[in-house]
Amino acid sequence: MIVICKKELRSYFTSMMGYIFVFFILLVTGIYFTAYNINSAYPKLDYTLNAVLFVFLVAVPVLTMKILADERRLKTDQLLLTAPLKVEDIVLGKYLALITIYAIPILIICLYPLIMSQFGTVSMFEAYTVILGFFLLGCADIAIGVYISSVTESQVIAAVITFGVLFVSFVMEGIAQFFSTAAVTSLVCYMVLVVILALIIEMMFRSKTIAVAVGAAGEIILLILYAVNSTLFESGIQKFLSIFNLAGHFNNFANGILDLSGVLYFVSVIGVCMLLTVQSILKRRWN
Amino acid sequence: MIEVKNLVKRYGNHTAVDGLNFTIEEGKIYGFLGPNGAGKSTTMNMITGYIASTSGEVLINGCNILDDAEKAKKYIGYLPEQPPLYFDMTVREYLQFVAELKKVPKKDRETMIEEIMDVVKIKEMPNRLIRNLSKGYKQRVGLAQAIIGYPEIIILDEPTVGLDPKQIIEIRDLIKSLGKNHTVILSSHILSEVSAVCDYVLIIAHGKLVASDTPENLSKKAFEDDALELTVKGERDEIVSAVEAFENVDSVTVKESKEPGCVDLSVKTYDLADIREELFYRMAELHYPILKMEHIRATLEDIFLELTERPEDVDRSGEEQLDMEIGEEEDHDSNL
Repeated sequence: MIVICKKELRSYFTSMMGYIFVFFILLVTGIYFTAYNINSAYPKLDYTLNAVLFVFLVAVPVLTMKILADERRLKTDQLLLTAPLKVEDIVLGKYLALITIYAIPILIICLYPLIMSQFGTVSMFEAYTVILGFFLLGCADIAIGVYISSVTESQVIAAVITFGVLFVSFVMEGIAQFFSTAAVTSLVCYMVLVVILALIIEMMFRSKTIAVAVGAAGEIILLILYAVNSTLFESGIQKFLSIFNLAGHFNNFANGILDLSGVLYFVSVIGVCMLLTVQSILKRRWN
Repeated sequence: MIEVKNLVKRYGNHTAVDGLNFTIEEGKIYGFLGPNGAGKSTTMNMITGYIASTSGEVLINGCNILDDAEKAKKYIGYLPEQPPLYFDMTVREYLQFVAELKKVPKKDRETMIEEIMDVVKIKEMPNRLIRNLSKGYKQRVGLAQAIIGYPEIIILDEPTVGLDPKQIIEIRDLIKSLGKNHTVILSSHILSEVSAVCDYVLIIAHGKLVASDTPENLSKKAFEDDALELTVKGERDEIVSAVEAFENVDSVTVKESKEPGCVDLSVKTYDLADIREELFYRMAELHYPILKMEHIRATLEDIFLELTERPEDVDRSGEEQLDMEIGEEEDHDSNL
């Protein structure tokens, strides 16, 4: 794992990629920090970091696009996959390298509260909680980028899809507001989702009976639940969509709350993406 | 050492490898021979665990390459068709990375890398970027990568493709010297290469093993097909009976000759006996002039072609049919 991590770090810093990523994040946060915290003397980092979340939309795809796609294109994955090494080690090593690169601007951002404390009182706990949230959000975004890079051979496609996914997640709060909060809306949406789930099962297992059984069972359970207690479904679709709203889970951190459920959420997003990445690499062997 | 049992790989409806069975023993150089698209690379990718088989299994020293992957892969060094090189590294950086990847102990790494760079003759360019190396040198770095860690088995997929003749000879010598301490498997579609380097040849065509023997035995088989081709002017039946009267003649095949009043004969003798002189005097006695006499020597190439081309001919006729159909359609279109 460490071997792969070292190799990736070297590769990112012999090419321009690593520097550009670090520079870009520092540039944008620096501008906002100067505007809000230095010039306007605002003592908290919440506005600053909340305003710069868009930076991930550009910076993360640039960072992650080549991580696995390029190995496949250059056939260097043949070296890695025939070496005495687990696929998990390869994926985690690469992820670790990206996180290390991302940690560089974060460490510099960690100096911001110290700079501010020169000019007045700053709540250090709140400031570092915001930074922790910002770090976790970035890590989750990078994990998504790694997974998408493992699906394709082309860096450009990887970058575009990663940007698309992160963008949809970024505007998810707005999308959620399109839907009414009424229980019926949620019920209909859930029922559609069950049908989609059944279709996915049919595609994966090529078995009509399992798909129909799962679909029918899901629909019946939904209808029974709705009949018994329809309040369960109120604003349900919003709750469902908020799963994909990564930036939304940053809000509590931004308010200076050390949100353990938020930490758990980001860690699970990372875990799921790593798992999917390993599976997508293993699956390609069988095709 | 390596056991391949009933190995099958299917891509959709296309069967790339179709039920391969063979065993690789220690300390020999094996050659995988087959035309392009015969399934050589697919087989090697399965032996090294890069891709999984549809069915069947590969055992490396008793370890299954898929279930016991980490242990099994330790025994193997692999040079794929396209050397897996990172262009943004220097030669030394790359070899250091590979050594670490293959878990070579830290204290042995530097000496091993120096040794191997010496063996594959890239010692004068350890600090060159791989991107800037010529194709031949890239191939050598790829070879160095496969040797690092001195694995028991070294698998090379078309190691001499794209090299100039001098480099080809150098790489062949290198492979021969590797064969002294390692088991080497190499693939090639060039027969002379395999017969020059290998102790044992596995011929693959259309995903199936069609022959496996030492190059010497394969050559012997080839000589059995040696024949004497004759064109003689005269009475067909008398000529045939005169030739068949020879002691050493095994069989005589008669063909229509293109020349008027002549007979074409193909004569096979026991133990490759040479009957050309006797035949000349006998025909002279009978006043049947020999217009042409040629000793046709079957080569390994003939065996190779014979073994690998038969099923392909069937395929080709199919393709031709398809072409004709397409042609007809085009005609139809132009009529419109």
